[in-house]
Amino acid sequence: MTDLVIIGGGPAGMSAALAAYEQGIRDILILERDSSLGGILQQCIHNGFGLHKFGEELTGPEYAWRYEEKVRALNIPCKLNTMVLDISDQKVITATNREDGIFQIRARAIILAMGCRERPRGALNIAGARPAGIFSAGTAQKLINMEGYLPGKEVVILGSGDIGLIMARRMTLEGAKVHAVCELMPYSGGLARNIQQCLHDFEIPLKLSHTVVEIHGRERLEGVTIAKVGGDRRPIPGTEEHIPCDTLLLSVGLIPENEISKSAGIDLDPITGGAVVDQDRQTSCQGIFACGNVLHVHDLVDYVSDEAELAGKSAAAYLQGASAPACSISLKTGNLVRYTVPQVITEKKPVTVYFRVADVRRKVQVQVWSKDRLLYSKKKASVAPGEMEALALSAEILDDVTALTISIKEEQA
Amino acid sequence: MNRELTCIICPLGCNIKVRHENGAVLEVSGNTCPRGKTYAITECTTPMRTLTSSVRCKGGKLLSVKTDRPIPKEKWMEAMAIVNRQHPALPIAVGDVIIEDVFGANIVATKNID
Repeated sequence: MTDLVIIGGGPAGMSAALAAYEQGIRDILILERDSSLGGILQQCIHNGFGLHKFGEELTGPEYAWRYEEKVRALNIPCKLNTMVLDISDQKVITATNREDGIFQIRARAIILAMGCRERPRGALNIAGARPAGIFSAGTAQKLINMEGYLPGKEVVILGSGDIGLIMARRMTLEGAKVHAVCELMPYSGGLARNIQQCLHDFEIPLKLSHTVVEIHGRERLEGVTIAKVGGDRRPIPGTEEHIPCDTLLLSVGLIPENEISKSAGIDLDPITGGAVVDQDRQTSCQGIFACGNVLHVHDLVDYVSDEAELAGKSAAAYLQGASAPACSISLKTGNLVRYTVPQVITEKKPVTVYFRVADVRRKVQVQVWSKDRLLYSKKKASVAPGEMEALALSAEILDDVTALTISIKEEQA
Repeated sequence: MNRELTCIICPLGCNIKVRHENGAVLEVSGNTCPRGKTYAITECTTPMRTLTSSVRCKGGKLLSVKTDRPIPKEKWMEAMAIVNRQHPALPIAVGDVIIEDVFGANIVATKNID
């Protein structure tokens, strides 16, 4: 029996382990499928990490090292090269690696910190053949930054998520020509600073409201046809443009990796793709917690670390016999709100609710309703799907309510 | 003359307006912090960026590196050529200087390799 098993040794897993250790938990085990700790940060060699947590600008590997150093100093056990195959609802973990074969660990508490993966081409329905030369942006990032291979010379990028923008710059620096970044939506999903420093700095065109409609080439990619899309996001006939290229990168969204959460019978939120959690990041299975990108995709690793600290502390409190849930208040999504984390509140204490909106809006009010009673309202200059919003709820607001609706009121023009 | 910039100092990405004449910055507005003002001024005179890349070590492993301070943006491609010629010997720790004085900055390791 192990007190606390953490699945995933990326920024979320390490941060959760350190927080639980700080609360007095000593019997901790981190399971990591890669050959080193750090997760996706290892291949994110660009800078811009850690401004919130450390007040300085770090690269991905440096941010990871800040945590790994502490994990090592405290001798928190880690099993690397270890793949978790299954979690049962009794918190029995089945995993495999080359030394131990297939083995089982019974845990008193589990923290899920498996991160996310990229949405693949198959999810996009692009017509055409299946030649070599089409990569997810993260795969190209791994090939260039970890293996030292340049996957192509003439590049088109579909999707303006941050990884796509970062790769536009990275491939340009390594000698490739990036012809265009196409974005289906009329706005970019990436950070404004990345549009500036990754595209504008290199005069790479960002084609908003554009998508790839056809892929050309049999053995190797020879080109793509792009087209403008209308308000219904469908291609507009007559706007097609052919771009010769040997490489297409896809940066079209991230999906929390929750296969093993499903086998444990954990309730998932269909919008986030992650577990349904309470204010302590506890899932619907008692003693199983979730944090980081496996719970919902974050904008910044700094926020992942914060959330993981909360999950680590909560798991420690659970192991030390904290009291059972005192209430059950569900958080519902109102106008323009896509999802909230947490989705349920089980204790009356101050809670920060994170949420994402469905579309870009200027001059709005963030509102909290209980049935037809407006409990809270706050003005906001703008909201965008690419930026997670935080809303601090006081304990008082949770009195005498069974459900709260978070909603965006659009101010009259 | 007026120029609009997106600040790249932090993820806020403030929209900064700069009024300048003959290479001299007269007024900066829209920034939320003093670092934004400094950024706007250098961006209109000598744009500076921290360069990150990777180098292949002796033995074949790839090491991630960065300039330890921003260098002029226009020198990036020249700096890349210098970085790509280098093949350091192992072991290497985070912060080790790999190449000295590349356009005013040192190229330092951002990763440990044993």
